[in-house]
Amino acid sequence: MTSHQGRSEISMTVNGIRRTLHVYPMERLLDVLRIQLSLTGVKEGCGEGECGSCSVLLNGTLVTSCLVPVLQAEAASVVTIEGLAQGQQLDVLQDAFLKCGGAQCGICTPGMILAAYQLLETKSHPTLQEVKEGLAGNLCRCTGYSQICESVAEAAADENKR
Amino acid sequence: MRADPADYELIAPGSLSAVVSLLAQLPGEWLPIAGGTDVMVQYAAGKLPCRKLVSLWNLRELRQIEVSDSAVSIGAGSTYTDLCDQEVIRSEFPLLTTAARWTGAVANQNRGTLGGNIVNASPAADSLPALLVYEAELILISARGERHVRYGDFHTGYKQTLLAADELVRAIRLPRQFAEYISYSRKVGARNAQAISKVCIAGLARATGSVVNDIRIAAGSVAPVPMRLRETERAVKGKPISADLVKTASQAAIGEIRPIDDIRSTAAYRSAVVANLVSEFLYSLSADGPRT
Repeated sequence: MTSHQGRSEISMTVNGIRRTLHVYPMERLLDVLRIQLSLTGVKEGCGEGECGSCSVLLNGTLVTSCLVPVLQAEAASVVTIEGLAQGQQLDVLQDAFLKCGGAQCGICTPGMILAAYQLLETKSHPTLQEVKEGLAGNLCRCTGYSQICESVAEAAADENKR
Repeated sequence: MRADPADYELIAPGSLSAVVSLLAQLPGEWLPIAGGTDVMVQYAAGKLPCRKLVSLWNLRELRQIEVSDSAVSIGAGSTYTDLCDQEVIRSEFPLLTTAARWTGAVANQNRGTLGGNIVNASPAADSLPALLVYEAELILISARGERHVRYGDFHTGYKQTLLAADELVRAIRLPRQFAEYISYSRKVGARNAQAISKVCIAGLARATGSVVNDIRIAAGSVAPVPMRLRETERAVKGKPISADLVKTASQAAIGEIRPIDDIRSTAAYRSAVVANLVSEFLYSLSADGPRT
């Protein structure tokens, strides 16, 4: 699509639902998800790609949505934390974070879970070091990270669900 | 103050030729944006002077990695993750994949591109010392055609490059002549992930016994541009590793770098670290010394 100054119409699939949006092409994907689509599970932390709290999956790949101009998500599939559960059935990672105390204040949690989701897609049984590397771009000020790493290990060990 | 998206134009023409003709029509007016890991940070802070942006993200022509007998040609739009996924790069150019894993963390590696790192021209960029020691060549493209420049000549001053206003980096070409070399790299920063380097270094060498036949060393965050430590290399080449040689080489390194005090570190610390890293690299080459 070629767009010029002013709002443009673009389409993308968000959490499995096709959406047509009227946006400025340079709007941050973060803002479009939060404000237009009310997907407030996408958090803004630093706004410069350092903290990971705005992480989403863009065509299956982890990105920080604060650094994505929405035009670059045109025709893409976007998954936010709201898209991870199947109806009332939480994802195995969400269950594990609840069980292990991986979430405290909750600001980093959506990004942590999506980063962990991406990690487990490529490494179903990561070592602790691999978990730390996979989550290195997500900052948490509450937990000290131990419970988060335990949550990921718990999810990876849950053979029934993965 | 935060930028207002209504003030900016962004277009995605969808092909390399369309982007190149756009740049030719109004040279310097359009700012190319690939994964946005640098541009969007400036934009969000309201510090992006350019109001017209053109997207290079996911252009197929810029995301190919081609392997021939003599060289690997990496499309400038290849992400750090793309680099790490390529067996030939992991095995023959490990300094580049190591640097790719140092850069930001997973989400940034999925979006940041090698061409972007080159054109952004930060003296602290982690992948650039690796390109210096691998003798990379850049293929630049514009509506006027293509030209090849040695990557070592590309950065002409702090954030200054040879790129003309109507040009893009199309590909980075690495000669396949270093597979047998011993490689050495270190990043020194406040934290392993996300932190920008205080000093980063890449080294390549071939040694027979403890005699260094060939050596290349480059460092980042020690001068206005990423730099080859040529005086240090000259001090070492053809000589056997000894405590005296290591001392001479470390002094040569301190003599040729031009570090500054800034928010991340001090000139004195950077000099001390570079000397230590050069020593560590050289000792790792000695027949009795530890290999890294």
